[in-house]
Amino acid sequence: MNPPYTPGEAAGALPASGAALSALSVDDERIKARAAAETRQDAVFHWSLFAAAGLVLLVLGAAAASMLWGGREAFATFGWHFIVSDEWDAVGHRFGAFVPIYGTLVSSAIAMIIAIPVSFGIALFLTEIAPTWLRGPIGSAIELLAGIPSIIYGMWGLFSFVPFMAANVLPWVDRNLGAIPWVGPLFRGPPLGIGMLTAGIVLGIMVIPFISSVMRDVFQTVPAALKESAYALGSTTWEVVWKVVLPYTRSAVVGGIFLGLGRALGETMAVTFVLGNAHQLSASLLMPGNSIAATIANEFTEADSDIYLSSLIALGFLLFIVTFVVLTIARLMLYNLARKEGR
Amino acid sequence: MLRATGFFYRRRRAVDLIAKTLGVAATGFGLFWLAWILVVTLSNGVHAISPAIFTQNTPPPGGEGGLANALFGSLMMSLLGVAIGAPLGIAAGTYLAEFAERHHTWRESVRFVNDILLSAPSIVLGLFVYTLAVRPVGHFSGWAGGIALALIVLPVVVRTTDETLRLVPNVMREAALSLGIPRWKVTMQVLYRAAAPGILTGVLLGLARISGETAPLLFTSLNNQFWAGSLNQPNSSVPVVVFQFAMSPYESWHALAWAGAFIVTVFVLVLSVATRAYLLRNRVEAAA
Amino acid sequence: MQSPAISRLQRLGAALTLAACAVIGQPALATDVTGAGSSFVYPLLSQWSSDYASATGTRINYTSIGSGAGIAQIKAATIDFGASDKPMPSDELAQFGLAQFPIIIGGVVPVVNIEGVGPGQLHLDGETLARIYLGTITHWNDPAIAALNPGLKLGADAISVVHRSDGSGTTFNFVNYLSKVSAEWRSRVGEGTYVQWPVGVGGKGNEGVAAYVKQIKNSIGYVELEYALKTNMSFTALKNHAGKFVEPGLESFGAAAASANWGQAKDFNLVITDAPGAEAWPISASVFVIVYRQPKDPARSKAALEFFRWALEKGQTRAKELNYVALPQPLVQSIEKYWASEIK
Repeated sequence: MNPPYTPGEAAGALPASGAALSALSVDDERIKARAAAETRQDAVFHWSLFAAAGLVLLVLGAAAASMLWGGREAFATFGWHFIVSDEWDAVGHRFGAFVPIYGTLVSSAIAMIIAIPVSFGIALFLTEIAPTWLRGPIGSAIELLAGIPSIIYGMWGLFSFVPFMAANVLPWVDRNLGAIPWVGPLFRGPPLGIGMLTAGIVLGIMVIPFISSVMRDVFQTVPAALKESAYALGSTTWEVVWKVVLPYTRSAVVGGIFLGLGRALGETMAVTFVLGNAHQLSASLLMPGNSIAATIANEFTEADSDIYLSSLIALGFLLFIVTFVVLTIARLMLYNLARKEGR
Repeated sequence: MLRATGFFYRRRRAVDLIAKTLGVAATGFGLFWLAWILVVTLSNGVHAISPAIFTQNTPPPGGEGGLANALFGSLMMSLLGVAIGAPLGIAAGTYLAEFAERHHTWRESVRFVNDILLSAPSIVLGLFVYTLAVRPVGHFSGWAGGIALALIVLPVVVRTTDETLRLVPNVMREAALSLGIPRWKVTMQVLYRAAAPGILTGVLLGLARISGETAPLLFTSLNNQFWAGSLNQPNSSVPVVVFQFAMSPYESWHALAWAGAFIVTVFVLVLSVATRAYLLRNRVEAAA
Repeated sequence: MQSPAISRLQRLGAALTLAACAVIGQPALATDVTGAGSSFVYPLLSQWSSDYASATGTRINYTSIGSGAGIAQIKAATIDFGASDKPMPSDELAQFGLAQFPIIIGGVVPVVNIEGVGPGQLHLDGETLARIYLGTITHWNDPAIAALNPGLKLGADAISVVHRSDGSGTTFNFVNYLSKVSAEWRSRVGEGTYVQWPVGVGGKGNEGVAAYVKQIKNSIGYVELEYALKTNMSFTALKNHAGKFVEPGLESFGAAAASANWGQAKDFNLVITDAPGAEAWPISASVFVIVYRQPKDPARSKAALEFFRWALEKGQTRAKELNYVALPQPLVQSIEKYWASEIK
């Protein structure tokens, strides 16, 4: 009696005539059939998404496990000493991860100190200050920084930026900042050009487009009503951004910062060119150092013994651990902040 | 009426002015580095830019040639990486934002794990894919390269999709659900459209990142100085070619390396602008 | 009616599938040979491969991923041949069923940046070089250096030492030589592709070292010959095992290869640094190719060997153009005998 069900009908097509109206009888069977179909579709959808999320977990687990497996010889030979030892003797087969871990943390910290305020400033400019016709081009220009191959950052760093730093910036830093009482030792050193400070700056520049793009996008999702009410009360632009936009988008902004942090911790090519790959611990930011990714990139392809290879892979596994620790600390801080706000 | 002359008002205005100036300065700072890098890249590579770059394969030292095989390999493997990584990433991000409300621990664990994956050095992911997709098969291939790139794109897209979907106002979900629309349609036809700019940014950032990655490709797709023609064998790619040529003593190779880098950068820019223009063409920007 | 979005998706999916078929469809060419390893030999193999492909149509695809990685990949059988600056010992070769043979000679050249000193003007010997890199000789006017350079006026400037920051076969040959000529170096540092340098700053790759030496005054570094020649750097002359000062170049590298004792080396396991010849350059190096004795894919392995036969017999002019040194003829003959007996 009922004509075959077509989606078009039920999706709101108006009946053309009285005859058609009677054909649109909405009886229990049809509703039940449709509800069942949609429940199935929803279940399929839900489980596919669940599988995708599970895949992310699986990929990381497998990658970490494969690194752990590759590094087992190093961990078995050196034990806990591996993490705190600053030796790195490829000939004598004694390896320690402290210098690379230290370098990774310091260069990433410098990168974030540079990148976060700059990205925030760029997002502020693109969403509030710039005239509408300028936003597209400038936004694309900043994203261009993300599209530059990391090896070009390395090469530009080595051939252009390093000589510039060595000739112009680092002597100034050594003379002036090196004289400040407490933080002086951080800034004293020969103007080699390569080193933690240079690497941190290059990393910061690489990371800027990631953070600023995310910030810009989320700033634009703030409902106009919220901002308008703030303006109506007489707020300045800065106050609207700092007190309305930023708190509203805080979680996403933090997400963007984590995106940048992830890039900084794991960046390989740019850092290998400008960090110097020196397995020496030094308080000064002007001295060459090493990072986990740079050590692996510089030495993996020429490693000539099994324990050497295993130590390098163990370093890769340790980076997972370092990231785990850094992210846990960051999340605990955010959790405390949210608790204070009553969330 | 009251004039705006009070001390606090002036101070607020001053702070606003300083903030705006700093914002402009920050943008100038970012653009300064971009300009410097682009000028160096272009000046080093300009004499290698010619139509031959797109038509001839990588040459031996001193020979004439181009980057056709590298550009093609890069294009294929990047597209493969995005084709695998982006849908999976969007799916996982959607799950985290929409479908895991009652499973707090599971949801936060996946988010946490995703952030760790985000920070994994690309060389480590390359070695991982080598163990998975190269050793068992017995040879290097473009497929392995694409998978390695997908693993780099995946966490970026998950993060941005998750965050962007969470920012979509609940009003939209409620309105759609109240019409009796099944959840999958709500997500795909309402929420994705609302979150499109953010999700697109995530995919484009992922693509930008993999266009410049050398280390993972070195261990998965190796290199190929000839036209590969298929993904079943080692494939050339621009970042690997740039790496090998830049570290050589030959001027002609250096010029090709810089030119290749420039082309990749411009390609990513063009793609980014074009996709945004096309996919977001009907949107109206919210008034500031 | 279906919504336009879904049908657009379907069209996109169809287009992608079509493109995918185009890319997957072609099987790997049967005559494509894959090799990887030493970056030192990469320019030459790339040139030879291009010539060979024009001549015979077989494509030899070589990638420079480093000697260590080349050895690792051939052990894992993911490539058809590996190339390394450092020979593998015979027991390791036997364990994995591999064979190795040299294909070309090159060398490592110390370069300096001292005002007024041109190419070949500075004379050093192994012991002095080792002491500079150990940090026990710290200034250019040190008596040891002055003794070797009676006619040269060198200032009292401090020596800036530049070494490699990454692992490398070039480093291996350099420190292997230093270990042979200096007991102190051998005990304090040793030899390998990556060592704990007592002093100095590290540059990435030959490019990095060359850039540093050019930039830093009164510096010394070591690079492959091609880098020294192409960028007009001031290379030093070295006193060889026979006591003569020789300049680096194709003749002195060739003399080293010819005078080295290949006969005694099983599987050609010989590092030719500190060679005994009268005109030999002390830091010469050979590049070794490693293949399977009983390969899983005999056709490709055979194609690889055919390529190396062609290279050893006909590729010499090309090698010379690129400043590599061909193997001496007797060595080529013993290599071909080795192929016949060891490789199936």
